[in-house]
Amino acid sequence: MQKHLFLGVEAIGQGAIDGGMSGVYAYPGTPSTEITEFIQDHPLAEERNIHRKWSANEKTAFETALGMSYAGKRAMSCMKHVGLNVAADAFVNAAMTGVNGGLILTVADDPSMHSSQNEQDSRFYGKFAMVPILEPSSQQEAYDMAREGFALSELTKVPVMLRITTRMAHSRAGVVCSEVLDENKLSMPADPRQFILLPAIARRKYKELLQSQDLFLKLSEESKYNRYEEGEDTSLGIVACGIAYNYLMEHYPNGTCPFPVVKISQYPLPEKLIKRLNHECDELLILEEGAPMVEESLKGFFANGTPVKGRLDGTLPRDGELNPDLIAKALGKEFFKGYEIPEVVANRPPALCQGCGHQDAYVAMNEALADYTKGRVFSDIGCYTLGALPPYETIYSCVDMGASITMAKGAADAGLIPAVAMIGDSTFAHSGITGLLDAVNEKSSITIVISDNESVSMTGGQDSSALGKIESICIGVGVDPAHIHTIVPLRKNHEEMVRLFREEFAYEGVSVIIPRRECIQRASSRKRNQK
Amino acid sequence: MTKLNLELLIKLNMKSDIILAGVGGQGILSIATALGEAALADGLLIKQAETHGMSQRGGAVYSHMRISDQPISSDLIPGGSADLILSVEPMESLRYLPYLSETGYLVTNITPFVNIPNYPDIELVLAEIRKLPRFIAIDADSIAKEVGSSRASNMVMLGAASPFIDIEFSKIENGIRTIFERKGEAVVNMNLEALRRGRAFAEENR
Ligand SMILES: Cc1ncc(C[n+]2csc(CCOP(=O)(O)OP(=O)(O)O)c2C)c(N)n1
Ligand code: SF4
Repeated sequence: MQKHLFLGVEAIGQGAIDGGMSGVYAYPGTPSTEITEFIQDHPLAEERNIHRKWSANEKTAFETALGMSYAGKRAMSCMKHVGLNVAADAFVNAAMTGVNGGLILTVADDPSMHSSQNEQDSRFYGKFAMVPILEPSSQQEAYDMAREGFALSELTKVPVMLRITTRMAHSRAGVVCSEVLDENKLSMPADPRQFILLPAIARRKYKELLQSQDLFLKLSEESKYNRYEEGEDTSLGIVACGIAYNYLMEHYPNGTCPFPVVKISQYPLPEKLIKRLNHECDELLILEEGAPMVEESLKGFFANGTPVKGRLDGTLPRDGELNPDLIAKALGKEFFKGYEIPEVVANRPPALCQGCGHQDAYVAMNEALADYTKGRVFSDIGCYTLGALPPYETIYSCVDMGASITMAKGAADAGLIPAVAMIGDSTFAHSGITGLLDAVNEKSSITIVISDNESVSMTGGQDSSALGKIESICIGVGVDPAHIHTIVPLRKNHEEMVRLFREEFAYEGVSVIIPRRECIQRASSRKRNQK
Repeated sequence: MTKLNLELLIKLNMKSDIILAGVGGQGILSIATALGEAALADGLLIKQAETHGMSQRGGAVYSHMRISDQPISSDLIPGGSADLILSVEPMESLRYLPYLSETGYLVTNITPFVNIPNYPDIELVLAEIRKLPRFIAIDADSIAKEVGSSRASNMVMLGAASPFIDIEFSKIENGIRTIFERKGEAVVNMNLEALRRGRAFAEENR
């Protein structure tokens, strides 16, 4: 049997293809991006013509996947954890409608915030929507879950969540692939009214979802991904979820763990296994990546059962990702702590690339803003967010995708005039257009800078869905064409840029300035690929 | 126990936990790929955690590479247990010292990559490296230029680290052949030469 050395994200991409998927729908976001990229580059995906183009945002991605499921085919939607905030309306309601073809939502959490605004735990969304959740502990499980998840979704008749975290996404290990399944044929939902969530139907569908919970529980209890591992020493029982299981076993190679362990990779929580652990052990230790979700539910409000240790009582840190050292500490194990980092070592934060167009835009903006009080530039999420750091220190916000335009409008409503929004082309397409419409409808005194590098660069240079459409979108939404300007952000155009910024900051209405120059990283990889 | 049995036992418990370090854009993953090929060819198991995303834009990057003949549990190397820190940049080599084991080696390039205003005096950095009980500090950039291209510097580094990795050297050579094959015989040979020069330096200076 051939073993592939796959990243977790690649294992999921391969698993989805081998599971008979007909379409992947996604918006980039670390650490989920490479699932879709892997499928985009896969020969079988091309041969089968599996849908694999990027969507404008996570909501459009998930809804499109749901549409494919309606038509009977298997689909996957991929996003990072905060992307699920954007797609949440669709996701939670898809648990109500149910599916026809198998539907997997793959969501990648980023505990410790390596490249994210927060470390929210997507399992809460899965529980909230009341659907089964799969959480692999190895790249092999990630492959198997992606491949078999469609069948699980078809069996349970709801979308299934596949939850991974950064370390699972971006770590490589050997994976053995199974037989490639056929795609589903086009078919209509058995119940033609299933997808109509009018109150009368929705109430019926909700009862169905509630009744399905018993089945979901039974499947969890019988799942090959969950198991009870015997242990002699019952002074402690350990619940290890997802990748935390590996960090635990690092300390007990070859099955030498003295304590009973419940390994969990499928939810809802397998009640029988956990009740047995509770019955047999004096104390419980809960190891889970992300928030203390399992711990909270086992501890209960009055904490008057078996003592439960974990992130809530300080046995493990309340925030940040787990690692083998934290778990060694929680188990009271001694280990050599390594050498200290010498004081000479300086931080090396990421920075804008030399020659990046965002730099030229910031230099000109700073000059044009010199006459105003500080704190007027609201920004967004992308490479340009690094403009918060020296030497620019131009921007004062980065909250969620699209919030630059809407926050600038709110500040202008409050009297902070002019207020400025700094947003990238992809973020504008993702969530900026509706905010622009609000501003146009109220003739807000804001200037929107759409720094267009013709790429989704922060996540590695994917295609931006706004490519070549930004001016026409702005005109279509109702911005006065006399106040839409495009300029190439280069040093030789500096004076012209400063003049434009000054003029438009002074204009009492909505204006849009588009500094446009291709991301230099994207340009060089494009040239490499053309060779 | 006979000597042969003992050797067999030692061979059976092969494990190399390696921290690869550098700056985004320096291509530390090319080292991981070459090593990965070699380990696979040797029938070994691998786990390798990489840094993607935000930190790639000129920030500090690292990879945890674990090679063993036994199943590997954690994707991350526990603190104080790495057999080797292999860094393509001197200051970055020091950032991961908490991972180095009591018997571990630090192998680093001495050419600084200066992209921050507060980069420390390089002499201070080198002094810290020399404080360690086991280290190899090598001018990989110069050696790479001598063999034909500064881009071969990562292969010089892999060569310098190879005496401390429990994989047959010929397998590492084959790993390099595999990954540079597409680029032609000349490129393969240059990288092999870089690898050998790095190894020779380490053998002389360990
Ligand atoms: C809801 C959500 N989805 C995805 C991301 C991940 N993400 C961060 S920045 C970015 C791309 C931004 O592209 P653009 O605005 O064009 O800026 P650039 O990086 O190209 O400068 C993405 C996809 C996120 N933070 N939030
Ligand atoms: S990747 Fe592109 S957009 Fe991002 S900093 Fe570099 S040049 Fe600028």
